[in-house]
Amino acid sequence: MPTNAPSAAHALTDVTASDRTLRRFLHGLPGVDAVGLEARAASLGTRSIKTTAKAYAIDLAISMVDLTTLEGADTPGKVRALGAKAVRPDPTDRTAPPTAAVCVYPDMVPVAKEAVAGSTVKVASVATAFPAGRAPLSVKLADVREAVAAGADEIDMVIDRGAFLAGDYGKVHEEITAVKEACGTAARLKVIFETGELSTYDNIRRASWLGMLAGADFIKTSTGKVAVNATPANTLLMLEAVRDFRAQTGVQVGVKPAGGIRTSKDAIKFLVLVNETAGEDWLDNHWFRFGASSLLNDLLMQRQKLATGRYSGPDYVTVD
Amino acid sequence: MSDTRLSVFKTYKLYVGGKFPRSESGRVYEVTDKKGNWLANVPLSSRKDARDAVVAARKAFGGWSGATAYNRGQVLYRVAEMLEGRKEQFVREVAESEGLSKAKAAAVVDAAIDRWVWYAGWTDKIAQVVGGGNPVAGPFFNLSSPEPTGVVVVLAPQESSFLGLVSVIAPVIATGNTAVVVASERAPLPALSLGEVLATSDLPGGVVNVLSGRTAEIATPLAAHQDVNAIDLAGAGTDDGLAKELEIAAADNLKRVLRPQPVDEVDWAATPGTDRMTAFLETKTVWHPTGALGASGSSY
Repeated sequence: MPTNAPSAAHALTDVTASDRTLRRFLHGLPGVDAVGLEARAASLGTRSIKTTAKAYAIDLAISMVDLTTLEGADTPGKVRALGAKAVRPDPTDRTAPPTAAVCVYPDMVPVAKEAVAGSTVKVASVATAFPAGRAPLSVKLADVREAVAAGADEIDMVIDRGAFLAGDYGKVHEEITAVKEACGTAARLKVIFETGELSTYDNIRRASWLGMLAGADFIKTSTGKVAVNATPANTLLMLEAVRDFRAQTGVQVGVKPAGGIRTSKDAIKFLVLVNETAGEDWLDNHWFRFGASSLLNDLLMQRQKLATGRYSGPDYVTVD
Repeated sequence: MSDTRLSVFKTYKLYVGGKFPRSESGRVYEVTDKKGNWLANVPLSSRKDARDAVVAARKAFGGWSGATAYNRGQVLYRVAEMLEGRKEQFVREVAESEGLSKAKAAAVVDAAIDRWVWYAGWTDKIAQVVGGGNPVAGPFFNLSSPEPTGVVVVLAPQESSFLGLVSVIAPVIATGNTAVVVASERAPLPALSLGEVLATSDLPGGVVNVLSGRTAEIATPLAAHQDVNAIDLAGAGTDDGLAKELEIAAADNLKRVLRPQPVDEVDWAATPGTDRMTAFLETKTVWHPTGALGASGSSY
């Protein structure tokens, strides 16, 4: 695992010294060639992944899923069921790997923690007034502390899109730094940009760098609560950002596309993006995750198809 | 200037999920008439087309099985209306595919249209015939009602490319099932054209999906497919080969199987009876307590 290279990190410390230096740095990032980006993402989506490579990709994708339930109607029973599914996704086939984590609202963290106890599955909790992110900083920090105290291994925070779009990068930076501090060493921090609300690819690139400069352990596309969620293009852009960030500072940051990834085919396309952009170092659930719920069922059905040669159906996976 | 006009050839395509895709594999095969003259190139479907068709049929099942029987009857009648308007095309295709005279082909098409009307009438009557109240020894209201079994794979008859086809599709969808149809391998043109008719008949996309290609190639993964609830082997042939193999594959998830009948015993022109509808129904029985029976022996 790469370590901090002090001199490079130092170079970027200057960037966050003041609002003005931060703004100058973020606006000095090269503009995104939107057509080129989308063409690149589309061309990488045409790779044919078959047989043993497909089996490997499916198992890898299952191990990268953050199995998510973020509904107002979540009950302890539903969270327990989700936890059981995360630990053993396919009860009929013990070779299926567990997922990376379950992702729940803060009040469900103790329930989730109990449900996955004794396994490698982590508990991630959204915090900071998810999904709008519209609350005073003190409330957001209290939200985070509660979740961490309840045992969350990972915190998914949302940035203040209003402040970001208004150009108040300093405020966003400060918030992320404060939340990171609240997470302490106990929890890894995922920063959600809600790319569907950032309007332009340039903004997504700026947000990615801003998040990484502020100490994010993961940068995440979206909450899954708006119309446009993770797309291959915006994920590719974020993968380029983490690659370049590591090249400059030596610090590796993870990426998590979330929302709208429903089929194994889509998931495998994302894995191709990871391998071709960030590289093999990211092909691990410590550095890449899928925020999804229905994706897991499709992965399991594909897995059953590969194992038995027969097409499987929704009757053979859990309804959740 | 010459008065000869360039012919406009028709590109026959599959009908899956209300759309007209080419085969995922990009393959086609040549269809000829009885004498071997070329008629058209049609898609040679792969197992992935079959998989997509099952997904489309499953997606359509909720809406179609949930529609009122009366509404399904209206839609089936609409199919007959639409066919009536395109009769000429079907007469030509049937005549070419089956080597019939114009007059005989017209009679076949008429019979097929009448078959749609016949089944349209059955949609809201089949429940009265095969369901109803059951007399039971206890204070219960006991009701049985037939429900559609789900996604049904239909291997269309190989010889009767249109009347036989309609006679196997209509009963399946009349009761609320959705269908994945494998068209006659040698004469798929009427089936593919029927897809165009269905698309314009208020039939929701995905209720009927039509695939053309090698019956054995497409039917094998479909028979083993875990998300298919039943299979009609009308076009599998009666020899022990394919039909038996498919039946074994279908047993894995306990699919309902309608075995093929010996070819010379099938008279597609005869009035069919309800067998093809009841073959793909599940009976749901509800026991409802009525409370203590009064002195009169009944609380009603």
